[in-house]
Formats: sequence, C-alpha cells, structure tokens
Amino acid sequence: MINLEIDGKAVETEHGSTVMDAANKLGVYIPHFCYHKKLSIAASCRMCLVEVEKAPKPLPACATPVAEGMKVRTHSEIAVKAQKGVMEFLLINHPLDCPICDQGGECQLQDIAMGYGGCESRYQEPKRSVMHKDIGPLISTGEMSRCIHCTRCVRFGQEIAGMMELGMAFRGEHSEIMSFVNSSVDSELSGNMIDLCPVGALTSKPYRYTARNWELSRRKSVSPHDGLGSNLSVQVRDNKVLRVAPAENEAVNECWISDKDRFSYEGLNAPERLTKPMIKQDGKWIEVEWQVALEYVSNGLRQIRTASGAEQIAALATPHSTLEELYLLQKLMRGLGSNNIDYRLRQSDFSADGKQDGAPWLGMPVADINTRDRFLIVGSFLRKDHPLLAQRVRQAVKKGAQANIVHSIDDDLLMPVANKSIVAPSDLANALAQILKALAAEKSAALSVEAQKAVEAVQPSAQARAIAHSLASGERAAVLLGNFAQQHPQASQISLLAGQIAGLCGAKFGFLGEAANSAGGYLAGAVPGATGMNAAQMLASPRKAYILLNVEPELDMHDPQLAMAAMNAADMVVALSAYKHHATDYADVLLPIAPFTETSGTFMNTEGRAQSFRGAVKPLGEARPAWKVLRVLGNLLDVAGFDFDSSEAVRDEMLSGVKVADKLNNRISGVALQSPPAPLFQRGGHPVPPLQKGAANEVSGGFQRVADVPIYSADAVVRRAAALQKTCDAATPCVVMHSSEMQKLGVKPGDTVKVTQGKATVRLVAQANDTMPAGTARVAAGHHATAGLGAMFGTIIVEPVNGDRT
Amino acid sequence: MDADSAVGLVDGKNMQMIKNFFKTFLLFELIKGMAVTGRYFFARKITVQYPEEKTPQSFRFRGLHAQRRYASGEERCIGCKLCEAICPALAIKIEVAEREDGTRRTTRYDIDLTKCIFCGFCEESCPVDAIVETRIFEYHGEKRGDLYYTKPMLLALGGKYEEQIAKDRAADAKYR
Repeated sequence: MINLEIDGKAVETEHGSTVMDAANKLGVYIPHFCYHKKLSIAASCRMCLVEVEKAPKPLPACATPVAEGMKVRTHSEIAVKAQKGVMEFLLINHPLDCPICDQGGECQLQDIAMGYGGCESRYQEPKRSVMHKDIGPLISTGEMSRCIHCTRCVRFGQEIAGMMELGMAFRGEHSEIMSFVNSSVDSELSGNMIDLCPVGALTSKPYRYTARNWELSRRKSVSPHDGLGSNLSVQVRDNKVLRVAPAENEAVNECWISDKDRFSYEGLNAPERLTKPMIKQDGKWIEVEWQVALEYVSNGLRQIRTASGAEQIAALATPHSTLEELYLLQKLMRGLGSNNIDYRLRQSDFSADGKQDGAPWLGMPVADINTRDRFLIVGSFLRKDHPLLAQRVRQAVKKGAQANIVHSIDDDLLMPVANKSIVAPSDLANALAQILKALAAEKSAALSVEAQKAVEAVQPSAQARAIAHSLASGERAAVLLGNFAQQHPQASQISLLAGQIAGLCGAKFGFLGEAANSAGGYLAGAVPGATGMNAAQMLASPRKAYILLNVEPELDMHDPQLAMAAMNAADMVVALSAYKHHATDYADVLLPIAPFTETSGTFMNTEGRAQSFRGAVKPLGEARPAWKVLRVLGNLLDVAGFDFDSSEAVRDEMLSGVKVADKLNNRISGVALQSPPAPLFQRGGHPVPPLQKGAANEVSGGFQRVADVPIYSADAVVRRAAALQKTCDAATPCVVMHSSEMQKLGVKPGDTVKVTQGKATVRLVAQANDTMPAGTARVAAGHHATAGLGAMFGTIIVEPVNGDRT
Repeated sequence: MDADSAVGLVDGKNMQMIKNFFKTFLLFELIKGMAVTGRYFFARKITVQYPEEKTPQSFRFRGLHAQRRYASGEERCIGCKLCEAICPALAIKIEVAEREDGTRRTTRYDIDLTKCIFCGFCEESCPVDAIVETRIFEYHGEKRGDLYYTKPMLLALGGKYEEQIAKDRAADAKYR
C-alpha cells in the first residue's frame, strides 16, 4: 500500500494504482473526459491535469501512478490554470450548438466547461467541421464536429465489444473518428458508445431530437430480452417510453446493456400494439369490452372442460413472461384440472423432466464468469444470445483464460478461442463424449461405470484431446451449455456428458438461460409435472383449447409447422398478447396485455437473482397487465386462491419462505447416460451422404438444419423494434453451407434456393461458409422468412431454383 | 422605556387630543382635502383617452408572443425547449422532430396565454431570438380556447410585426 496526500487529505491506495483512483477513493472529483473506469487509460484529453509537488509541470491524474509521500493538489493555482487552458483548447473546435444537441443537459463537456472553464474564448478563427458518416441505423454521427477525440468509443470497441469498428484516422487537427470505409458499426453492444461519448458526437439515432433529457423521468426496470436480466433505466415522458439506458449493477450488467435491451423500446409503441380485447365472430374480429371477452373465455374453457375433460386444455407461455404471470397461469391451469403447461417453447428433449434436482441455472453468480480461467462452451451462439455474458467471457479470456467451443457453427466470438470442435448437430453428444474420455485419460481419473460404458466406443479426436488438455490445466473452469445445446433433441444426454466433464475437472457447470425467466419458470411451477403434457406433447397430440401467453407459435416454438397445425385444429385459442400478430388467423380471442414496461413483475435471471420491477408507464389503450387478466380469469372460473391485490402478493405467495438457492440445481438423476451415436459425417474428406438409412428424409440434397434464433427476432418486442430491424443482424436469414456442398448442388453464393422441411418450402438466398460442418446447413428459426419450416433440428432439403423464379 | 418618558408621552397625548378637536371643529381636514382636489382640477390633465390615445411603450414591452423568421423566410426556432423549461407558469408546450433536411424543428409550439404571466423569461432564454414578446396588448378571446396560441398563429404574428420587433430588439441590443 502507498500513502499519499490529495488536497491535504491522506489516502492509502494499492501499489500501481493512479492518482485518479486515489482521488476517487477519497471522494475528490477530478474533471476528466477520456478516463473511464472500465476502459484502458488513454490520457488524451488532458482535462485531469493536477499539480504534484516536485513535478515541474502539471500531471494527468488518470495516467500518473501513485508514489509514496506524493502530494497532489487538484485546486491549486497551477492545476486550475492548466484545467482552464485545456478547456479553452477543447472548446476551440467544439461547436457551441448546445441548444440543438441531443447531449445538451447531460453533457460532460457542458458541465465541466461550466465548472472548470474560463468565461470566454480568445479564439477568433473559423472552427473545423467534420462531415458525418453513416455508421448504421442505431448510432447517429450527425455532428462529428463535436468530437473531442477522447477515443472512448474506440477503446470500447477494442476492449469490451471485442471488435474495433471505430478508429481515429488522420493526425492533429485533422483527426476524425470513423468506421472502416463504408462499413457500419455492427456490434451487438454498440449502443454503449452513445453513453460513453462525453459529448454529443455519437448519439442515438432512434431517439434523435425527440426529447431533452430534463423532460424525462427515469424509472428502474429489468430487461426481459435475455437470461441476464440487465438493469435498465427506462426514460419516459407523457406516458411514453422514449429511451432506455443502463442502470449500473456491477453484479449483473456492470454499466453496459446490449443493443437489444437499449433499442427494443421502439417495439413497445409499435403500430401493431393490441389495445382492445377482440373476439372472432363469424370469421370477423370485433372489438369488445373486457368483461365480454373474459366471460367468453371462461365460458369457452368451461364448455371444453365439461365436454372433453380438463386435459384437453393446454397453456403455453414464453419464458419472457414475468414470474407472476407464469405462476398465475399454472395456478389457473391446475385449478382447471389440467397440468398441460409449459414455457420451454424451443426445447425438444424433455426426457430429464421430473428427474432434475432443481431448476437449471448458471451454476455460479454471473460475476464469477470473469474469474474463470477455462471455459467449455457447448452449443451456444454466445455473442448473439448472451451479448453481455459473452463480454464477461471476453474479459476473462483477456486475463488469460482459455475458451473452448463445441458447437455446430463457427461464429466469430471476437475473442481468442483456444480450441474448437465444430461438428454437425447430431454429433454434438459424441464430441462431448470424446472430450470426456480424453479428459479422463488426461487426469488419469476413473469414470463411473455408466460413463465408462458410454464412452467406450468413442475415439477422441485431436481437438477433443486439446480441449481436454486445456480444461485439465486450469484451476477454475466453467462448462456452460448454450441455447443450442438446450434446444437439442439430445439435450439431457448433452447435459449429462457436460456435467461429467465438469465433475472431472472441478468446473462450475451451468446453463446460459435463454430468456428473462428461463430459470424462474421452474420455480413458478410453469412446467407440466408428472401428469401433464410438455410443450412438445401438447402439439404432437393436439388439444382442444390453447391459452397462449405472449406466444407467437410460428416464431417462438421448436416446431412451427406442428404448432400451427395444432393451433388451426383447436376449437378455442385464447391469445394473451401485446400485439396483433398472426394469432388473428387461428385464435378466437385476443386479450391485450402489457409488455414489461407497463406491468409490475419479477424476472429471475440465469443466476437465480429475482429482480422485481414496477411499471414505467401506464398500459397502452385498454391493455392490462397479464397478472391482472389471469387473476380475473381465475375468479371467473371459480378457481380458489385468486384474490391478489398486487403482483407483489403473487410474488410473495410464490417465493416467501423459499430459498431460491436450494431450488437451483443442474444435476439430473435417473436418466441413463447412453453411448452417443457414432458420427454421421466424415471430416476432412467428402461427406458421407447424410442421414440414417431408411429414414423418410433420405433424399439427396438433405442437410441437417442448424437453427439459430437471430438476435433481433428472439422475442415479440424486439421483432417490432424498427431501428433494430434495420441492422445487419436482422437481415433476412440465408441458407449457409460449405462451398463444396454448394458446388455439388450447382448453386453459387447469392443464388436463391428452395429449402424444404416437412411439407413446407421457402425460398432463401444461399451463402457459402467453409467453417460449416459437412452435411449441415444453417437456416435461422424465429424469423418470418423461415416460419413455415419445421423443427429447429431436423433435415432440410436444399434445391436449386431452376429458372422458375416466382 | 423609563418612567420619565412615560409621563411625557401621556402629556403629549393629551395635547394631541386637544389639537385634533379644534382641527375637526374648524373643518381643517376638509379644506386640506379640497385643496388637493382643487390643485388637480386646475392642473394639466394626464388621463389618456384610450383607445383614441395611447401611452408610450418601452421597447421592452412584454405583450403578446410571436415567433420570428429569418430574412430568408426560415423559421428561427430550433426546438431547444429552453423556453419550455424556464416557463414558470408551464404555459409552453413543444414537440420536436427532425425535419427532412435533417434540422431540428418544432412540430408543435403552443403557448397557453391563459396561463402565461408575461414574465419574459421565454424571450430571455431563447438562444436564437425566435420567441419574442411584442408590443401588442390588445387581443382577446371569446372562448377559453381562443387564447391558446399555436405555432402557425405565432409565426403569423411574427411575420406581421417583424419590422417593429426587429427595431425593438435593435434598440435593446446595447443593454444586453
């Protein structure tokens, strides 16, 4: 520890820290622009100049290491003169257009100029001007002349987002922040640059000129879009959400949020919002009062229960729903006498149901990811599905951790990946078995009899051995299963194998939760239990009535074809939705419910942290919070225990006295570990014609589908966020295949091809990517362009279009 | 207060009572009052025969609001909302959007004159001299809503009285 003195006050700081750190510890404010606690030190703005005794000139506090006995003065004559001088220089080229600048009122330059600047400028000459560049639909660089070259955005790209998309070109007075020629900023974290920019050079494009910051009320909220539960500051005026910014929480989202969290608010006020209850009569939709709609629903459900039995009623909810909504929905269903409720819509393997020791969770606190030194990430589109968790892994890797990947797609994670095993979806379990076997050999540890038997026939590849070696050499490893692994038809086998691997190397074993309540849904009881039907069964043997809580079956379900067939065949479909969507084709009742900004509720994130929030604005039109709608439905259906006055009362009934930590467990007991199927494809040579012998889909041109859910199609709100839908990530999905497979099909990149799965055919553009495993084709799910296709895992047939373009 | 002065006060009070008695008895107050009336009766009259005559106005007179345009015809207002923020009576309501040419412009600029207290803060806060208070004070509304002035109305006023407005700003410029 080092002792120094700042403004006469003694402070003790760690060796190697800077004067700025010491001042922060002491609570002494030193003005600064380029310094940011999460970014590296640039010392380029010179605003933090302070006087240090015995130093001949003022020194920048952010870049001056502390020394024993140092005496720092931040308000002495020398320091003040230096700060005033720097301020005058910064304002030489900065346009004084604060009245039209979106940053006006929350601008660091404005504040510091008031506090530390002189009263007038001696500069008479013309100011420089910088032409604006188009860097995409999210960030506006309309007034790059305002830039003071602090390079925070550049450092953010390099250090946090992992991709240097902005850089400083030219020198001296001619320096400009710009992207590479004609390219946009495509990072899924790019919005944070807007927060970081201390002036109005980088501003939000969707928010541009809509409000001044002093008009906005800031309300705390929690993001529903991914499993992290980022803390948000929802900023509203006149009962309308005008923008979203991060609320700092070091344990969850630090000071960042993903673009999905930040810009999806546009979807909240989308024109498709459903604002009145609607009933379909004689094929026509009519708007009705709530009372009429709810009585219609309760009568309909009663009739079906009386006529066909309660087990003919099924309920599906998205994992983006709040805990209260999930809890009330399952309570309603169980009160009706049906256990057919599920929220795991994209899952396909339910063999572990009832055999889990608890709800699947991250296996550690989110903040612990930064401290891991080895990662095995299985089946995860990490960057797109969990942008901020990917950022944490990236920080760990930067500190020396090794990331190992087992997946069917070799997407760029924007971090050094130590080893990767890219295999076809059907070989995922095999790849893990190989790693398990290699790891046992590496550690000279004995596997359990069951595991030994399962991996007996498996031959570890070089990659598997390398991954095993990497895992064995670490001290604090983590094995994480992503969305792809959880949606896989062999999910429980993958989970068992991954659990064994984690056990062997003493690693934390966890699931990366797909949505806001992926872990919480289990605690809410929104799973079928022993006697009910799960999401897949409900569709495979169609029910007479479905209650859909915010579900868009063609986009949210594992198998849209099956889902739509079940919906079309049902006697009654009750859609609780914030939006008028395709439910108008098959539903009988549309009940307008409130999205997360208009309701109170709780999200339990992937680490089991229950975060409650209140509504930021009033529900639009006649929409009502879903917990209230379900509560009244419960009353109308005479289900006992539905007298709740507030969502807090619902939460308390559900969680009071429950120790959440005891309910979270990733262990599966009672599912036998099977020896994984042998690899279907040879690697390194020509692919073996795909698919099992005798299977119905044994057709030439058949590919295993690798389906991701594009980042901006993952939930109902994001799908309707106008600016996000203009980004590269929201482009219409393509068929991505290995170039050799394309040659065989006689297709060139950019050609339109026919993609057939089950009964449906869609036309998509083909793209080549030579990292795709043989015999696989990537076709995204969750997008309107591919909504007609079947299950996310399955066989698709790709055929060239023979000139008959229609 | 000591005892001596208390005694003096009582004496003085008695004296005053006697004086007042004689003044009242001899109608001294009445004559004094009539003298004032008489003085003004013969003095030069200052009553203004409104509306035929009007008092002179300062160039800083704070009357009806107007929105100005530049000589090119471009509206001055840039929608910075400083006037809305400073308005102590919350009489101003502004909505802003980006115009096709990329500039920041108001889509709504309303002043509720029934709320306005004519303090002139809006005019003072305006960085581009767009919102001004004119010398007009003779306006009326027959319904409550008539005194709700919208952007086109304010711009029309600005256009109509620009010459006077510009002259007044020029006169005031040296004191700013």
